[in-house]
Amino acid sequence: MIIKQLSVFVENQPGRLAEITDALYKKDIDIRALSIADTTNFGILRLIVNHPSRAESALKEQGFTVSQTDVIGVGVEDRPGGLAAALEVLRDANIAVEYMYAFVSKAEKTAFVILRVEDNDAAIRTLQEKGVKILSANEIY
Amino acid sequence: MPQYRDPIECAPLGELRALQSYRLIKTVRHVYENVPFYRDRFDKLGLKPEDIRSVDDLSKLPFTYKQDLRDNYPYGLFAVPQDQVVRIHASSGTTGKQTVVGYTQNDLDVWAEITARALVAAGGSKNDFVHISYGYGLFTGGLGLHQGATALGASVIPVSTGNTKRQIQIMQDFGSDILCCTPSYALYMGETVREMGIDPKTLKLRAGVFGAEPWTEHMRQEIERMLAIKAYDIYGLSEIMGPGVSYECPEQSGMHINEDHFIAEIIDPDTGEVLPEGVMGELVFTCITKEALPLIRYRTRDIAMLTRKPCSCGRTFIKMTKPAGRTDDMLIIRGVNVFPSQVESVLLQFSGTTPNYQLIVDRVGALDTLEVQVEMDEHMTFDAVRLIEKREKEIRGALESTLGIAAVVHLVSPKTIARSEGKAKRVIDKRCLE
Repeated sequence: MIIKQLSVFVENQPGRLAEITDALYKKDIDIRALSIADTTNFGILRLIVNHPSRAESALKEQGFTVSQTDVIGVGVEDRPGGLAAALEVLRDANIAVEYMYAFVSKAEKTAFVILRVEDNDAAIRTLQEKGVKILSANEIY
Repeated sequence: MPQYRDPIECAPLGELRALQSYRLIKTVRHVYENVPFYRDRFDKLGLKPEDIRSVDDLSKLPFTYKQDLRDNYPYGLFAVPQDQVVRIHASSGTTGKQTVVGYTQNDLDVWAEITARALVAAGGSKNDFVHISYGYGLFTGGLGLHQGATALGASVIPVSTGNTKRQIQIMQDFGSDILCCTPSYALYMGETVREMGIDPKTLKLRAGVFGAEPWTEHMRQEIERMLAIKAYDIYGLSEIMGPGVSYECPEQSGMHINEDHFIAEIIDPDTGEVLPEGVMGELVFTCITKEALPLIRYRTRDIAMLTRKPCSCGRTFIKMTKPAGRTDDMLIIRGVNVFPSQVESVLLQFSGTTPNYQLIVDRVGALDTLEVQVEMDEHMTFDAVRLIEKREKEIRGALESTLGIAAVVHLVSPKTIARSEGKAKRVIDKRCLE
């Protein structure tokens, strides 16, 4: 139920992102989703990839600061209100979302949402109780 | 058990000053009569030996610089003929031509006496085995502590450096009580003890006297934990004597200077002006009992602070702080003296190791700015921006309270700070001060 996300520290310098994607490409790693949090001086690139540990060592070899973070993947219907329903559940349970990002899968008419919360187990339990689909690693990678 | 070796260590200040004045007057006459270099310096200043009547006249005397020793290489500043010199030592010469120092028999006796005081302050006595892992040779560390331990009547184990596993075997088999070496070697020994699967508590070792290189409070805690001992600092420099110029007592809050042999001053390194107690500046020593090489107001280039606050150990000798840096490294930012080593000690608190960092000093308008870039390491991994910003803020707060000026802190990726010969360049000063 837990998805492994890679968080990479990236300085705001031209070419840094390309170095990351290039390192992953060379190790034949597929990026399934990504998001960037940026400030004036640096950003944090968050990645969901098909082989998290291999990707982590590939990036570390290139001198990047990388860490793995446990996140939750949620599947919602790709229609207005699909995501709103899932977030209402968390709001009602008083669970704060630290950050989230989404990607859609054309084939299944489903949107995948990656959520980072304080307590993964509590969030998963709450969402499942209310019938929200939690994705396993296999479904995402 | 005696707390100190010689009652002079606890003498009232007035008595000490009288002794210093008497010895200073004698030394000034000695160098004027026997060292052409000093005679020239004095003559140029229009200074006569009889102008120096007490320690209060010290500031009338000219400074001696390391360069003076180099210019008079090897024996030009010696104040006695060769037949009275019984020992030669030399500095490593890593920052230029090496400097040569000499000792009469009386100088060696004084040196042994002051290092013995350091060993007593660390709890040593004639009932101890003293394990000496400083290098023996031209370096003053090995023979310096050796003589002190001998004068104390302790059983000296002169192991010198190298073959660490054998050192630890000796420690176990011979029952070493006190270890003398550089702090970095002590740390390495601690690691080796662990690698060998030895519980340090099973060793008889109970104290260490460490010096000859700068070390931090953090290193002290590490050594004390890894070797299960109490770690004492000892300070010295070969030009003045060698190890034992000052030494730490059980209070571990600074080193007592052997004031019956050396007079210490703190000066402003730029103006040469004498600074009061409690102010950081360059440490200057005048030898007042040395015969072979009595240096007058020698500029150590070490930055420290003096305090005569009463010490719980009972010693009245003035205390100096651990050197906070070297004048060669000092930056003046917004009128405040800043040393890279201070930044280092702050960063150490955050990651346990010293990360690579760089100080970037610039001037915006009329105001100096300080930016500190710190390379992230595996101990600093975060997936959220606010956590990185929080860490930057924590470092900034700690830097401000240590340096006394504000700094901007940026965490950067590993290996992004430019290195020359494997070592990161610590300071970039972009200010144009013409």
